Amino acid sequence: MVFIEAVVTAVTLLLQGSAELWNVIATTFEVAITSTVAGVVLGAPMGFLMGATRFRGRRLAVALINTAMAIPPVVIGLVVMMTLSRQGPLGFMGLLYSKDAMSIAQTLISTPIIAGLIAAAVASVPYKLRLQARSLGASKLQEALLALKEARLGVIAAVAAGFGAVVRGVGAVMMVGGNIEGQTRVLTTAIVQESRKGEFGLALALGLILMTITFAMNGFLTWYQHSNERFDRS
Amino acid sequence: MLEHLVSSAVWKRTLLLALAVVMAVSLAACGAAEEPEEIEEPVVEEPVEVTNVILASTTSTEDSGLFGVLVPAFQDDYPQYRIDVVAVGTGQALEIGRNKDADVLLVHAKADEEQLVADGYGIERRDVMYNDFVIVGPDADPAGIAGGNDAAAALTAISEGGHTFVSRGDDSGTHKKELSLWSAAGIEPAGEWYLSIGQGMGDTLNMASESEAYTLADRGTYLAMKDRIDLVVVVEGDEALFNPYGVIVVTDANNHDGAQAFADWIVSPAGQDIIREFGVDTYGEPLFIPNAD
Repeated sequence: MVFIEAVVTAVTLLLQGSAELWNVIATTFEVAITSTVAGVVLGAPMGFLMGATRFRGRRLAVALINTAMAIPPVVIGLVVMMTLSRQGPLGFMGLLYSKDAMSIAQTLISTPIIAGLIAAAVASVPYKLRLQARSLGASKLQEALLALKEARLGVIAAVAAGFGAVVRGVGAVMMVGGNIEGQTRVLTTAIVQESRKGEFGLALALGLILMTITFAMNGFLTWYQHSNERFDRS
Repeated sequence: MLEHLVSSAVWKRTLLLALAVVMAVSLAACGAAEEPEEIEEPVVEEPVEVTNVILASTTSTEDSGLFGVLVPAFQDDYPQYRIDVVAVGTGQALEIGRNKDADVLLVHAKADEEQLVADGYGIERRDVMYNDFVIVGPDADPAGIAGGNDAAAALTAISEGGHTFVSRGDDSGTHKKELSLWSAAGIEPAGEWYLSIGQGMGDTLNMASESEAYTLADRGTYLAMKDRIDLVVVVEGDEALFNPYGVIVVTDANNHDGAQAFADWIVSPAGQDIIREFGVDTYGEPLFIPNAD
């Protein structure tokens, strides 16, 4: 059975701990975490503004963000590649085929997801609560933080969704990273390469490792979310 | 309730610990893995600054494993350069060469390579090696072409009989070769029997195997995958099936010296010997035949 073989291969790979594999895992982590954090920094304020405030063009902004969530990663990869190409507008930076280029592309993928889901989460916070905070003399920033705190379940789900999108993404990182061994190879691009070569067992094993990483990350977020809830109840 | 709290607290702590261990192990493994390489460094008297050279090549070349031996050997001779292999389709490799996003190209589409040099995007094209293509198909051979050495006749038989043929359809060197073979046979490949899938060599071989179809493959990838697919070589040896590789240093490359060093090295006896030996111990025959001047 190829599936059992894949599990055995995955465990063997992890136990043998080849430098190459650990390098791929480290790069996967580095790019995914960088682009998730950047996605939160950029997406959380956007999400808050769209979810909690009223301004002209808000509906259009929400529609645009929701559309951006659906852009195929490979299109984002293509645009970033053309922008970072030495013939492109940012070519002077020489970033194409680097981890930085991958993080940029992945941030463009994570930001709309995080912004859109945070907007939805914040919009569900009762307006009266914020009104009350304001009447008690809360500043705009304090009010925003209160709303984000009240909507934290949705916010954490947004961060998990953003992380999930970048850690499983392949189209964009393949285009702008180039799958360079020891440099820009991540688990997903390695999976594409191994399946292309017909090494299905190895590809599946790498897939299992990727799932394990995602599971660990989501386990951490769930634990964090739980510990917050208990703190509130006590 | 208390029990629940205790167990969940223990669970939380275990989870956190497990996470920490995973991180620590991965960090330690990375560190440990890199150390031996660093110990070898002091042999070099003065520390050299390592610059990277981007080598754009094709997926089929990378999947053959050739770079796995070629690149370390070059880096041993030239420790000041690190070769970063970006493996894409031939069309994309040529395009990133035109955009100066790669420093040196190693591809197999001779006419396009010569055009690239003629347009001033590459300095010079030099022969490096060649491999050959084979037409592979199911053992049952419904088109009755097995054992032949005339690619045009074989393709004519496939199209006239309406036997399924899987095409890379990805603008790769292999795809371009396939199109040139069809046009040499005077056939416009189209119809239900002709599947253009826009994927790499491995995917194409897998699909051909699964759907008992014919396809054109480079010998290296076919040999590497032979044991996992149900396809046999039906046509080989036609001169039209030869596949020459050339090396081109990109004009005004970002790392011109490194690119030039690599190009000079790969056509030198050092590079050519490695190419001649590659694959012999695994397949009993070389995958590439060196042919630099």
